[in-house]
Amino acid sequence: MNINLTLFGQTIAFAIFVWFCMKYVWPPLTQAMQERQKKIAEGLDAAGRAQQDLKLAQEKVSNTLRESREQATQIIEQANKQANAIIEDAKQQAQAEGERLIAGAKAEIEQEVNRARVELRTQVAALAILGAEKILESKVDTKAHNKLVEKLASQL
Amino acid sequence: MANTPVEYIQHHLQNLVFGAHPEKGWIVAQTAEEAGQMGFWSINLDTLGWSIAMGVLFLWLFRKAALTASTKVPGPLQNLAEMCIEFVEGMVRDTFHGRNPLIAPLALTIFVWVFLMNSLKWIPVDFIPGLAHLFGAPYFKIVPTADPNGTFGISIGVFILIIYYSIKVKGVGGFTKELSLTPFNHWALIPFNLFLEILGLLTKPLTLALRLFGNMYAGEVVFILIALLPFWAQWTLNLPWAIFHLLVIPLQAFIFMVLTIVYLSSAHEDHH
Repeated sequence: MNINLTLFGQTIAFAIFVWFCMKYVWPPLTQAMQERQKKIAEGLDAAGRAQQDLKLAQEKVSNTLRESREQATQIIEQANKQANAIIEDAKQQAQAEGERLIAGAKAEIEQEVNRARVELRTQVAALAILGAEKILESKVDTKAHNKLVEKLASQL
Repeated sequence: MANTPVEYIQHHLQNLVFGAHPEKGWIVAQTAEEAGQMGFWSINLDTLGWSIAMGVLFLWLFRKAALTASTKVPGPLQNLAEMCIEFVEGMVRDTFHGRNPLIAPLALTIFVWVFLMNSLKWIPVDFIPGLAHLFGAPYFKIVPTADPNGTFGISIGVFILIIYYSIKVKGVGGFTKELSLTPFNHWALIPFNLFLEILGLLTKPLTLALRLFGNMYAGEVVFILIALLPFWAQWTLNLPWAIFHLLVIPLQAFIFMVLTIVYLSSAHEDHH
């Protein structure tokens, strides 16, 4: 084999071919690779962001949960307090009502007793006079002795 | 040495052969006649060397990519390797319907290896042979896939896998049944079926090897023919032909891979 111009001709063709590849073949290839890299980078980024988001959301959830739990306890406490107050109130009211009723009943009884006493007094006076008339065999002047009888009756 | 066009072409299409010469013993053939006399007991040093070199290049590149692989944004090498693997895996998923962990790596190896071996064609036809000549090699043909020994080497490997999986999936009985009772399921037609099916089976590695060899060899011959033009005119034909091979070289690697997957897929399919 002789080293001759054929080799030179091939070199020219090869040089142009390499240039052609650099100009028209390599850029789309590298671009495709870069796009793929970008896509992967974006995907990884998105995953990282999502993880961050998830963490935040979880934190938020636990915070909310704690708050609502606190609120619930507060509400329950309040309700208990209120219930106690209501019961206390009702007790007091009932006692007051009971006392009022008892007082009323007592007053009425007093009244009845007084009335009965008055009636008794009049009847006793009448009986006393009747008795005295029987004893004395005469009429007692009711008017004259009224004062006496009344005094007697009031002593009963 | 190569002064007339015919000599030039013949010279470029002759492999560097090392073998047992009937008179001179184990030597590197200095002429095509010597290589011819060696017959079967010879080795094409250039085909073997360059195919091994390309195989090692593939393994080294992908091993490196695998070792440095991370879940972060991939570097250029990892990116390239991932793109190849994604492409091949998609192909396997679409074409191969059995379940076999060997198929995807096999397809990847075939694709990248054949591509690398084919791509040696872009190097001008006199560059490396000229360099080899300086070191005393009388012949040098660098494209392993333009040598039927190279392509048959791969396709016979695929053929062995076809037989192996046919027997493994269907059993010896099933495979024999498939060969003897399809397409005509009748005992009287068993010889005919056998003839048809065995022919079909043998055609697979043959077409696989000859398609690749034919394409690469023809392309190589055209490159050599173009190299016979006056040196100032060569680029006018050499350049379009090289650019055309931007299509041919990946395409042939792709076809070899897809056919391998298809053949192995059919080996896994049980028709009964």
